[in-house]
Parts: sequence; C-alpha cells; structure tokens
Amino acid sequence: MSLVLENIVLKSGADIVIDTVSLTLRRGVMNVLLGPTLAGKTTLMRLMAGLDRPSAGRLLLDDKDVTGIPVRKRSVAMVYQQFVNYPNLTVFENIASPLRVARLPAAEVESRVRHAAALLRLEPLLQRMPAELSGGQQQRTAIARALVKRADLVLLDEPLANLDYKLREELREQLPPIFAESNAILVYATTEPTEALLLGGETATVWQGRVTQHGPTSEIYRSPLNIAAARVFSDPPLNELAVEKRGGAVITAAGRQLPAAGVLAGLPDGHYRLGFRCDDVTLGGDGTGFPGTVSVTELSGSESFVHVDVGTGIWVCLVRGVHDWQPGAPAEVSVDMHRVFVFDIAGNLVTGRS
Amino acid sequence: MMDKPTNNRAWFFVLPVLVLVLFSSIVPVMTVVNYSLQDSMGVNNFFWNGDSWFRDLLNPDTEIGARFADALLRTIAFSFTALAVEVPLGIAIALCLPRRGWSVGISLVIMALPMLIPWNVVGTMWQIFARQDIGLFGAALTGIGLPYNVTQGSVSAWVTIVVIDVWHWTPLVILLSYAGLRAIPDAFYQAARIDGASRWAVFVNIELPKLQKVLVIAVLLRFMQTFMIYTEPVVVTGGGPGSATTFLSIDLVKIAIGQVDVGSAAAMSLVYYIIILTACWIFFTVMTQIDRRGDR
Amino acid sequence: MTRIALDGIAHSYVRHPRTDKDYALRPLHHVWEQGMAYALLGPSGCGKTTLLNIISGLIIPSEGRLLFGDRDVTRLPTEQRNIAQVFQFPVIYDTMTVAENLAFPLRNRKMPKALITARVAEIAAMLELTPDLNRRARGLTADAKQKISLGRGLVRSDVSAVLFDEPLTVIDPALKWELRSKLKAVHRALDLLMIYVTHDQTEALTFADRVVVMNEGQAVQIGTPEELFERPDHTFVGYFIGSPGMNFLPARVEGNRAYVGGNTIALGAAYPELTDAVQIGVRPDFTTLTDGPGLTVQVRRIDDFGRKRLAHVTLDGLPLVATVPPGWAGDGSQARVGFDAPHVLVYRNDVRVEGVAA
Repeated sequence: MSLVLENIVLKSGADIVIDTVSLTLRRGVMNVLLGPTLAGKTTLMRLMAGLDRPSAGRLLLDDKDVTGIPVRKRSVAMVYQQFVNYPNLTVFENIASPLRVARLPAAEVESRVRHAAALLRLEPLLQRMPAELSGGQQQRTAIARALVKRADLVLLDEPLANLDYKLREELREQLPPIFAESNAILVYATTEPTEALLLGGETATVWQGRVTQHGPTSEIYRSPLNIAAARVFSDPPLNELAVEKRGGAVITAAGRQLPAAGVLAGLPDGHYRLGFRCDDVTLGGDGTGFPGTVSVTELSGSESFVHVDVGTGIWVCLVRGVHDWQPGAPAEVSVDMHRVFVFDIAGNLVTGRS
Repeated sequence: MMDKPTNNRAWFFVLPVLVLVLFSSIVPVMTVVNYSLQDSMGVNNFFWNGDSWFRDLLNPDTEIGARFADALLRTIAFSFTALAVEVPLGIAIALCLPRRGWSVGISLVIMALPMLIPWNVVGTMWQIFARQDIGLFGAALTGIGLPYNVTQGSVSAWVTIVVIDVWHWTPLVILLSYAGLRAIPDAFYQAARIDGASRWAVFVNIELPKLQKVLVIAVLLRFMQTFMIYTEPVVVTGGGPGSATTFLSIDLVKIAIGQVDVGSAAAMSLVYYIIILTACWIFFTVMTQIDRRGDR
Repeated sequence: MTRIALDGIAHSYVRHPRTDKDYALRPLHHVWEQGMAYALLGPSGCGKTTLLNIISGLIIPSEGRLLFGDRDVTRLPTEQRNIAQVFQFPVIYDTMTVAENLAFPLRNRKMPKALITARVAEIAAMLELTPDLNRRARGLTADAKQKISLGRGLVRSDVSAVLFDEPLTVIDPALKWELRSKLKAVHRALDLLMIYVTHDQTEALTFADRVVVMNEGQAVQIGTPEELFERPDHTFVGYFIGSPGMNFLPARVEGNRAYVGGNTIALGAAYPELTDAVQIGVRPDFTTLTDGPGLTVQVRRIDDFGRKRLAHVTLDGLPLVATVPPGWAGDGSQARVGFDAPHVLVYRNDVRVEGVAA
C-alpha cells in the first residue's frame, strides 16, 4: 500500500520546477520531506494531491495509475502552514465538516469526531469558535479535520511553522503517536532537521526541485550520501572545508598542513570537501586546531552556537548551556577528524564518520 | 501558469451568460453598425451607404462634422473640469473625515446622501435651486452681485452643470479615497511621526502613493460618467443657452430623434463608443502597471 | 547620557483595577541604561507590547511616571519623545529611493546635507544596503524592505532609545540568523539604548544584554541570558527559557535535602523550613541518565535530536525529561537518573528561594 512517484517532472515555461523525482511513500510510516524554503516541497505535495498535473512521469496509488485524476476524485486531506478553519463553525463542526460532505450518519460523525478530538486533546474546546482558540489549538483542529476524513493520503505542509516555539515543542512531541494511529499515507514537509528527526520514519531531502536522498530518517542524518543532503539536514548550517590530500597530510585552501587523521587516513590523494556539524567541533584546544575570531554567538534556550571566522569561512560550534562569547575574541576550533563527512568535488560522499 | 483540471461541462454554466450578452450588447451594437453603413429613405427603406457617414462626421468642414467636433470638445472640457474639481476635493474631504469613533458612520452616510438621489430628480432640484428669484443657489449668487443667469449666460449654465456634477458625485471619490486611507496600517503614520515628517510629507509620501490604485478606479468611473452626462443638462439647461451645454450625448439624441437622422446618429454613437472604450483601455493598462510595479 | 526610568509604570484597560488580573501591565520599576540592549520576552498577551507602546507614547499608562533622563515624558506625544521605532512589518516610503528613505528622519530635522550623506552611507554599509542606495524602495524584497526600516530606526545618533517590535516576523527563516547577528553588531557599533520585543527566545537571548521575561502582565525576571538559564527566578522562566523547559517536582525541603515521594535528592544549598507549594526545579541539561548510582525511573520514550538525546521518564509517576549521555549503555524500561546538585533549585509558590551555601 503506497504512493509511488515515477520520474515526475514539472515544468513552468522553460523552468524545471521538479526535476525527475522518483519516490515511494509507504503507508504506516511517516514520510518526511525535508528542505529549505522554495526547495519544491509544497510543489511536490500539490503534485501528490493532484492539484497540479506533472509535465512527465506517473503517479501510482496502490499500483493504480492516478496521474491525471483531479484532486476532487481522490481521497486527500491537507493541513497548511496557515491555520485554515471555517470561522463560522464550532470546533466540532469544523472537524465534522468532511464527514458532513460525505453524508455520514450522525452517530458515525459523532463518534469519529469525539475520537479525533480525544487524540488531539480538543475535547473541552469542541463548542468553541476558531477565533476563541490559540494558534496551537487552531492547528490541532485542522489536523483533526484531516485525520477524521480517513483519507488515503494526508499531506501536512509545515504545519508547525507558524506556532510559537513553546507550542511547537509541545506539538512535536504529541504528534508522532497520533499519526501512528492513522492508516493513511502520511507526508510531512518541514524545513527543520530537528522536526524530521523527532518524527522519525523516512525522510526525503529536497534541494532545488530534486530529491537528493531518501531513506530512514536517522540513517540519512548519520550518513548523508551527498553534500546537498548533508546541508539540508544540518541546522545550524554545515561547516565546510576544502582540502587536498597528499601522502600522509591534508592541505587546506589557506595552505595549512594537517596530518591525515581519522577518516582521512585511508583516502587516496586528491581534492575533497569536508563537512561537519556544529557538534563535531569543540571550541578551544591544544593549539593544533583552527585559529579564528568569534563573529557572533547565537543563544537558544539551552545551547549556544558560537560562529567563528576561521579565515576560509564561518564555522558554527555548539556549546551546551548558555554562554556568551564576545565578538572579536580569538577562538580555537578543534575538529574531530573521526566525525567528518568526506565528499568528492562533485559532492558525493567518499567516506563518512568512523 | 499550470494546467488546471479541465471539464468541458463547465461551458454549460457559462451558456446563459453568453446568451444574455448576445442579446444585451452584441445584437444592439450590430444594429447600430448596420444603421451607420446605410441611408434611409423613409421607414424601413434602407440602402448601402458605405463609410460616408463616418467621413462626414470626422471632417470638421461638413456641417455634421463641425457640430460633432464642437460637442466632443465641450464634453472633453466638461469631463476634465469635473475631474479636476472632484478628485482633489474628494481626497481633501476624505482626509478630514474621522477615522474612528461614533462619528464615522454618521459622516459617511451624510457624505453618501447625494449619490442616492436619481439623476432626473437632481436635475429638477437644481432647476429650482438655480432660479434667480426663489432658488437658493441662483438667488445667493445674484444677491452678492454676480451676473448669474442659467438660461441666458453660457458661463452660468456651464458653472451650474459642473456644480451639480460635483455635488452629486464627489461623494463617490470621497468614499473610495476614505476606504483607501483606512487600509493604510497605523504603523505607517506612527513611523512618520517618529521620523518627524510634516503633515504634507505624510500626504505626499504615504497617503497619496497608497491611494494610487483607488484613485485610478475613481478617475475611470468619474470619467465614464461625466463623458456620458445627459440628464442634468437636459433638465436644467436643455443644452443651452444656444449650444453652450450641448454635450455629445445630447447632440446624439437631437440628431437621432429630433432630426430622425439615423445614419449620422449611428455613426456618431459608434465613434463615441470607441472613444470611451479607448479611454477605459488606457486606464486599465495604467492600473495593471501600478499593480505590477507594486508586486516586484 | 540618557537613561529611561520606569517609575511604577502600570497599565489597566479597566477604570478601577482591583486584582492583578485587571492589569495589562502590573506596576514596574526599572531603569534602562544608555548603550544597553534589552529584550522584552514573553508569550502573546503577556504585556510586552503594552510596555513598548507606553515607552513609544502610543499608550499613556494609567499609573506611574516615565522619565527620559530627568524629563517626565509620561504624557508627551510620540514625536516629542526623541525615539526611533522599527515595526513588525516593513514601513517604507514607496516614492523614495533607499537612500532617501534612510535620510528622511535626518532631513526632517534639518541636519546639514554633508552630515546626512555620511550617516546614510555609514548605516547602509552596516546593513549591506550600499549597492541598493539609489534604487526605488518599493521594488525590493520583504527582507530588504525590513532592512531599510531597521536603517531608518538606526540612522539618528541622538535618539533616547530605538524600539524594535518583533522586527524579524516577516523575514525568511533562513535569513533570520543573519539579520539577528547584524543587529547585534550594529548595537555594538552604535552607542544606543535598544529595546527589542519578541516571543522568540533565541532572538531575545542572542540580541540582548538583559532580558525581561514577562508573563500575565508581570516582569517575572530581568537578567542576563546566563542568569535566566542557570538561575530562573520564577517557574515560568524555567519553563519558557530552554528547549525543553525545566523539570519541576513537588517536594518537601529540609536543609540541603529535598524529598520527592520516597526519593531523596541532594541540593546545592541549605534552605529554611518552607511551607505552601514547594517545588524543586532542575533543567533537563542537569538531569542525566546514568549507569552509576541514582534514582530509579521508568523510561517512556527517548527522543533523538541528532546532536543530543532526551529521555522522557517518570519518577514515582511524575514526568521528567533527562539528557541521555553519549556513552549511556542502558536500555529497556528502567533506568537511573542523577541530578547535578548545584543546579537543583527550590521554588515556593512559583518563586525561587535563595538557599544558604552549605
């Protein structure tokens, strides 16, 4: 039971919006589309829903070709970034609306709505109007409406993006068990790697209209197959360094020579790009690290991200807890060479963390 | 941009509108075109006349051509005068109206009142208003020593028609501008106060640019209405004195019904129609360009 | 040097406020110092916007006085207060170029032309607007427009304060951190008092020297980002700052020991006997699953954040979030948890109690 995208292409005029995407989205797992704004996630969802027709390629739902079938004739539910509810209906009627359209018997409507409301903790709010709800409650109502329909395909397009971070944090934890109960093919688009990791399931990294990698979420996080997937799956941005391996040493673009330690040891000679995340580096060291100056420190609630200018670019270093480094202060960054990803010049993974 | 799901049954729903449009505009227009290309010798006795009605009409040396050119010039002059008064006045009044509180509703209703009066009633009202003996307007002007006489003086007649139109239709400009002003977020005014902008600078740099779109619509509507003005001059001045207030529409009726010169009248109304269409097209182009510039 | 003093400022939309609930902003005494960056942080409806509007002059407070230096400005209109403000949505003058937009506040104050040009160039360079200076402002992207708004707020060097009202709302998430760091750099370069309203903890903590955490009309703590993380004065601060928020457990406290159900937890300080609702609070960052000695908990779920793992556990039925250390070997449903004693804090009726060093 699955939705299969087979070599899907979408052109708009001369522009290729979606470039030959093949994906298999299975029922019973969370399918995450991870990519930055405008990468093509929403467009892919519109194609899956049948709102747009692909320029080439086929769309198979449970082995049936559904390529040309418009959205009205399919069983699709969608949740958007904006909170979309009927302002003149109560929460109960909002959730019930797709069932009313389908002319289900009243008792069935009642029981399905109650069940969805219980899952999303909306029971005390059923008689309220959307205007009387917080953003989180409004979005939970929209999600309940999508689930209650028992559609074959449920598309969630950055549903938490417009919520305050505390609400986002809470809903992120509440959603996975709720989705686990659904029998639909679930597709969830997000820009945030953390959200993808918490949702688990399978992830497709989307970059400039292409799917750069597809597989189990934590596997992609831990071994991205190309630099595009690694960049998409890194927040703060991936730290990068261009090097040349020559014998037992690697030479950086700035002319620094380092022993080829860790994963670099077994590489054949040539040019490479190293990629490593903020938690693969430490601030400070024994003098063998990369010298730089602090450009800014970003403080989230429990972590500090120190941006250090190392000459060849800016690297981000994670420091646990809240500490402020003064901009302009000298800093040394030590890179754990066992934890870097090595990409070739074309951007494909050569070797990963040991 | 992208393919929408298509369904040919949709045409069924459009069919009634197409039939309606056929009978309400296409058939009448074609009848007029038909008349404009023929001459008649009495009732229902038509023969082909080619484009000679049009050639006469557009040649100022012929009698009908001179008459048409005069009426056209008069109409254009009237439209421009009315617009030149109504648009600035409408904006000015809209700026003075209260933006919040209980007085908003009352002021808007009072402002809108003249628009609710039918044209011929307006004409009749002003016919009395303009009388020197008992009319408020006429008597007042005469009282302060101005040589005012709506039936004898062409300037008086002109001024009266313009004043009527201003009184009747400035409210439209006021309401449109007011809506446009209300749509400007408070933050803009607050920012301007913080930036130390003068009232005039606020008007020039915030209000006027934000009103641009609304004003194009107001000008378009007012242009079309003033260009087709008929009832007021017919009732108040009868197109006179002489032909001082004989605008295109009045002349058209005089030729078509007064002289039963159907061919000339048909040609005239077609030219008239094309002028209005062209003007609308120009406004439409301007409007979409403003939109596009705003989107970039 | 100007400083802004709030002398018992409070605001209520009710004529005769009786209880705390009647106040949109409860009475507040505070001094904002020249050259400092402050953030007002809290959820929607916490009173932060009311406070900002009082400073900008949009709202006249129902109680208290507002002083700019020695001048009482409580009732002065905005334009006489000598402040600059940046709004949630970009406010630009459509008819002007970028340079004219930036120059507008200076031109209105009749500054000499040469000085205006120099200052506009300086601010434009800081915000990387220099290449666009001669372009019409209306054609630019939302990000660029908001940079112009920021620039107009910063262009005057003589203002008492620059106020920011959630200025990054319309900015694309990918560009937010860039503007955030730019603002911080600008603050260091210019000796201005800045007040920044936001509901986003990262924006507040990154930008500000001091953060005012607000909830239900009350400023519950004013402190540095470190203080808010290490020693939240109020349970709300513990909850609101940090992802996820602090763990709270109802407890009985005796000396330097806390008793939670049948468990004993060591504290970093000694406390007098406490009555009423007593809780201990400890951040997930200082609550760690351990292979060594610790309290026995039931593991409900482990969330993998990539760079860290957090366990949702229960201690005698009470929910807790704990850090899973990289080398942790345990599995199954039972585990032991350890608390970092100096970071276990004590709260009485939601307010932190200061202990005596043992």
